[in-house]
Amino acid sequence: MKTRVTNSIRALRFARGEMTQAELAERVGVTRQTIIAIEQGRYSPSLEMAFQIARVFEVPLEQVFRYTEGESRRR
Amino acid sequence: MAFQERGIWVDAVVTLCSFVVYSALVLVRAQGIPLHRVAYVAPMLWAIGIGILVVIVGRIAAGIGWPEDCGKTDARDLEIGRFGDRVGQSFLGLSGLAALGLCMAEASHFWIANAIYLGFVVSVLVGSAMKLAAYRQGIPDL
Repeated sequence: MKTRVTNSIRALRFARGEMTQAELAERVGVTRQTIIAIEQGRYSPSLEMAFQIARVFEVPLEQVFRYTEGESRRR
Repeated sequence: MAFQERGIWVDAVVTLCSFVVYSALVLVRAQGIPLHRVAYVAPMLWAIGIGILVVIVGRIAAGIGWPEDCGKTDARDLEIGRFGDRVGQSFLGLSGLAALGLCMAEASHFWIANAIYLGFVVSVLVGSAMKLAAYRQGIPDL
């Protein structure tokens, strides 16, 4: 079941010297399976976890996560 | 497979096996006598007791077998656990209602006890199935 939250974690990992999922999981304080689930769009992280992930990559939250549905309705 | 996911597999398999063994014992004892007169108490207590012990041992063995993420739990594990328990526990409510109805109908203790036990078993199996599906496909919006 795909979430409506898309993300650029995979691209950001590779841009940060091919950071592994295990390394990211360690730095965020979650399991590797959770990082895999987020990357594949099977799990929407909490706001706190989303901020922690963005902090690891040192980028704003919107550069990591996007909420796809509803954007077109607001326009 | 996550540490918690392996534990859920242990719960489901052990619960199913203990129920199957219990049912087989009761059916064997029921040869030639009505089902509600079967001495079910000892097999049920043994099935529940051994089931709990095997779950504990199985979870420890799963941790020893895959030590890399042993004991690690995060927010996703907790969310999935809550989701599965919420679905599974609805069957406990149903079995409670069934037991209540059987009491009111003055049914034998055999049927009342088995309705409650079946509720526990179905609750664990459905809850586990929901959790495993959530690990693989994501948590559905309820």
